[in-house]
Amino acid sequence: MSVTASIAASVQAADDSGFHAPGPGSFELPPVFGDVTKPMILVVLSAIIVVGFTWAASRKAAVVPSRLQFAGEFFYGFVRNGIARESIGSEHFMKFVPWLFSLFMFLLVNNYYGVIPFIQFPTMARIGYVIPLALLSWVIFIAAGIWAHKGPLKYLKHQTMPAGVSGPILILLVPLEFLSNIIVRPVTLTLRLFGNMFAGHILLILFATGGAALLTSGNIGYGAVGIVSFLLGIAISFLEMLVMFLQAYVFTLLSAMYVGEAIAQEH
Amino acid sequence: MNTSVVLAAEETHNPLLPETSELILGLIVFVIVVVAVWKFVVPNFEKAYAERTKAIEGGIEAAETKQAEADAKLAELEQRLSEARHEAARIREEAREQGAAIVAEMRGQAQAEADRIVEHGKTQIEAERQQAVTSLRAEVGTLATGLAGRIVGESLEDDVRQSRVVERFLADLESAPGVN
Repeated sequence: MSVTASIAASVQAADDSGFHAPGPGSFELPPVFGDVTKPMILVVLSAIIVVGFTWAASRKAAVVPSRLQFAGEFFYGFVRNGIARESIGSEHFMKFVPWLFSLFMFLLVNNYYGVIPFIQFPTMARIGYVIPLALLSWVIFIAAGIWAHKGPLKYLKHQTMPAGVSGPILILLVPLEFLSNIIVRPVTLTLRLFGNMFAGHILLILFATGGAALLTSGNIGYGAVGIVSFLLGIAISFLEMLVMFLQAYVFTLLSAMYVGEAIAQEH
Repeated sequence: MNTSVVLAAEETHNPLLPETSELILGLIVFVIVVVAVWKFVVPNFEKAYAERTKAIEGGIEAAETKQAEADAKLAELEQRLSEARHEAARIREEAREQGAAIVAEMRGQAQAEADRIVEHGKTQIEAERQQAVTSLRAEVGTLATGLAGRIVGESLEDDVRQSRVVERFLADLESAPGVN
């Protein structure tokens, strides 16, 4: 709790000079109306965007695609062939394509909220929206594994006992494998996405609000640093755009790889 | 969490602790997205993919059929061309043989005609010569007897004699060498 304390202290110290440094409190937005908060509206909006865009793009299903359909097929083909088929294998991958495609598009939209003017809030910086996605991936890959190996125990054996290993080493290996393959995966999925979005958003706020505070401080030296802060903020924005795409990609790819590994018949 | 250290409890909610409302909302919204994409989006994209694959494969198939047809047609035409060449060669050969036969026949006919003409001429000449010999013999006899009668003074008007004399004379004449 020392980190929280120091952040709180710095916020308190900054309060005296009129500058609020961004911290965990930056993600606690006041309700827009009633109990509805900005991230709630954003997450519903993202669903409308994802379903609306993909439906509009796929509606005509023309052999010669329109621009919209081409754009939709670009994403769809990327997830279908680049992620699902590569990771799961051409035999079973089609069962998981709807989920993986939805996941990728959903994350893409919610992540890019962070750099879209006036929205500027990555929904996945609220851990509450990440956990359901990770849990769903967890449930799906375990269910796929149980289905593929015809029974929970057989699946558990597949996931925890590496082929070609026998003897006392299993006493060490089985708990480790169970931990890394069953327990840790949803946690790392959650923390990776959440942490990246959270930290990236704090960075952007820091450079923007800090730059503004420095510029309006009245001191020429501070003002010059403020300009540098703004320029760095722009650079960080581009870096964040890359991170936003990468995190959506990594979350989807790992989910697909977990499924592929769970249903693989041999290691 | 030690709330006494934290500045304001409502603002510094631990970011690692999810809000129940967000968990439920996030799950529901995402499941709706998955179902909508599953029911309405993916089938359409797959349909477009399948139709595109079909169109491409159909195009390839059509091209292959056309190619096969063209090959068959070419083979047929070549077959016909070679047949025509053989036919032409055969006709030329026939014509040459026929020509040779005709020439040979004509030559034979002409030879026969020539032989016939020669034969005919020879016969005619022989006949005329015979005739000339006969008439000459008659005239020579008349002349000779007339001449001899004048010389001898004896009439040789008597036919029997006359002809005997002439015969003898001619026999002498024919037996004399160098006379023909």
